[in-house]
Amino acid sequence: MKELKLEAAVAHLDKVLAFIDEELGAAGCPMKTQMQIDVVVEEVFVNVASYAYAPGTGDAAVAVELSNAPAGVTITVSDSGRPYNPLARQDPDITLPIEQREIGGLGVLMTKKLMDEVAYEYRDSQNILTLKKSW
Amino acid sequence: MTIVKAEKEAALELALSGRLDTTTAPDLEKTLKESLDGVRELTLDFQSLDYISSAGLRVLLAAQKQMNKQGSMKIVHVGETIMEIFEVTGFMDILTLE
Repeated sequence: MKELKLEAAVAHLDKVLAFIDEELGAAGCPMKTQMQIDVVVEEVFVNVASYAYAPGTGDAAVAVELSNAPAGVTITVSDSGRPYNPLARQDPDITLPIEQREIGGLGVLMTKKLMDEVAYEYRDSQNILTLKKSW
Repeated sequence: MTIVKAEKEAALELALSGRLDTTTAPDLEKTLKESLDGVRELTLDFQSLDYISSAGLRVLLAAQKQMNKQGSMKIVHVGETIMEIFEVTGFMDILTLE
């Protein structure tokens, strides 16, 4: 398991994705799957950076654990900010006509649809979001 | 991300390359804001775009809403990975893809 701990700031998104891509690249993750994982990690990290400690700041930790048979990855994103379960948010209606479409909630929807498993828990004063994906 | 802009009368084409994400989506938003006046046909070329996140989708949704009022918008050369993002978010139904 490898972990990156850093200030939860949108400006650090590139560092987080570079860390994820390095791990996934070394593990032979297909490019398409890597992009899907990046999209989800971006949503999760940007949410933490934007809301977990607002208006203050704090740290986030991103951990990557690779597995064989089946080849895949478990990524956890944790923070010590205010308790918040992003998965509890109601999914947006993606069948509405364009005038009524809104962007809110699409990130969480993609998180649920692009990952094989997503779980949230609040433990030891931490929000912990676990993402699993096999390839 | 880089944006290459080509204008011909009331038609504007923007060719995007790289990543359309939280960091770069504001660049596209700014380019559109500066360029859409009087445009009736907007084409976005995704041939060299590798990645899109919800920050990018937000800009596309706003652009499509605006172009519905003043003309038309299409996205060309969408690759498989970005197409899947459009599928899971229901954007397939509200965008014109060629």
